[in-house]
Amino acid sequence: MSDSTCLSEAPTDAVLDERDRAIVLATQSGLPLVSDPWAAVGEQVGMSAEEVRRRMARMQELGVIRRIAAVPNHYRLGYVANGMTVWDVDDTHIDRLGREVARLPGVSHCYRRPRHLPEWPYNLFAMLHGRSREEVERQAEELAALLGDACRSHRILYSSRILKKTGLRLAKRHAETDRSAEKT
Amino acid sequence: MSAPMAKHDIADLDVLDRRIINRLQDGLPVVEAPFAAVADELAIDEQVLLERLKALKENGVLSRFGPMYHAERLGGGLTLAAMAIPEARFDEIVERVNTFPEVAHNYRREHRLNMWFVLATETPERIAEVIAAIEADTGYPVYNMPKQEEFHVRLHLPV
Repeated sequence: MSDSTCLSEAPTDAVLDERDRAIVLATQSGLPLVSDPWAAVGEQVGMSAEEVRRRMARMQELGVIRRIAAVPNHYRLGYVANGMTVWDVDDTHIDRLGREVARLPGVSHCYRRPRHLPEWPYNLFAMLHGRSREEVERQAEELAALLGDACRSHRILYSSRILKKTGLRLAKRHAETDRSAEKT
Repeated sequence: MSAPMAKHDIADLDVLDRRIINRLQDGLPVVEAPFAAVADELAIDEQVLLERLKALKENGVLSRFGPMYHAERLGGGLTLAAMAIPEARFDEIVERVNTFPEVAHNYRREHRLNMWFVLATETPERIAEVIAAIEADTGYPVYNMPKQEEFHVRLHLPV
């Protein structure tokens, strides 16, 4: 639920303490696939299973954890067409329309981003995933119908190559920063 | 360095694999014995669920299983950036851009803006510095496209 509504971006850094950070570090590459994963994480960070579970539940309530889930490889599931659709939407309607677009099935990520005129007029981004480009194009037509006259033009940018994919490793850098801050 | 996109074949999944993948894309409940709770819902044994999940992860159907952290709420900086690189210099510039540890994902896309990458930095302020450094190093402008509003982030691929 927390990941489908508009979010304010105030960092909640201040409300995470050292023990939360230890959990973030221990779990950012994954949760152990064992009967009691909280106990397994707890062993790594020196906490009880119940403390780990409570802290992770709280981080999820705060939206620091979007959810604890299976992340599939698109291509292995047959979703070989991954299109970043970009739309030039009237600024006065974009917030309402963005929320409606986000509700369409097949849309995974949906953001408002700045234009770079004249080169780049698009201010609404929606990622679409399909088993073929035709499927992505059908989804894009639904979006176009929903946006109607409020949208002046759009494009579908397919990915043709992964150039790098290391994922985010923010927490570790944070932990290092914290440690160096402690020393000074 | 860069891998072709469709290097893995489409996985051969049975009905139970599909039910597990569909259910667990929605999230594990943060309760005591969470896998037992999900196994109950699916009317299977907990050990079967765990074994299936391990196998799906090992053969690359799942790229990961675990908490999905919200970068900005951990206090970091995050943005999407794009560049228009002439074809003849594309590979060379990819190497240069990928050298920056702040570049987390980088995709080639079919457009004049043909390189799209996500920058993740330890503070929001650091984004501008890294962009300036990439521009200085490559000699090409970087189009910064930070999100101004997030309407939805939820990848769910039904199988």
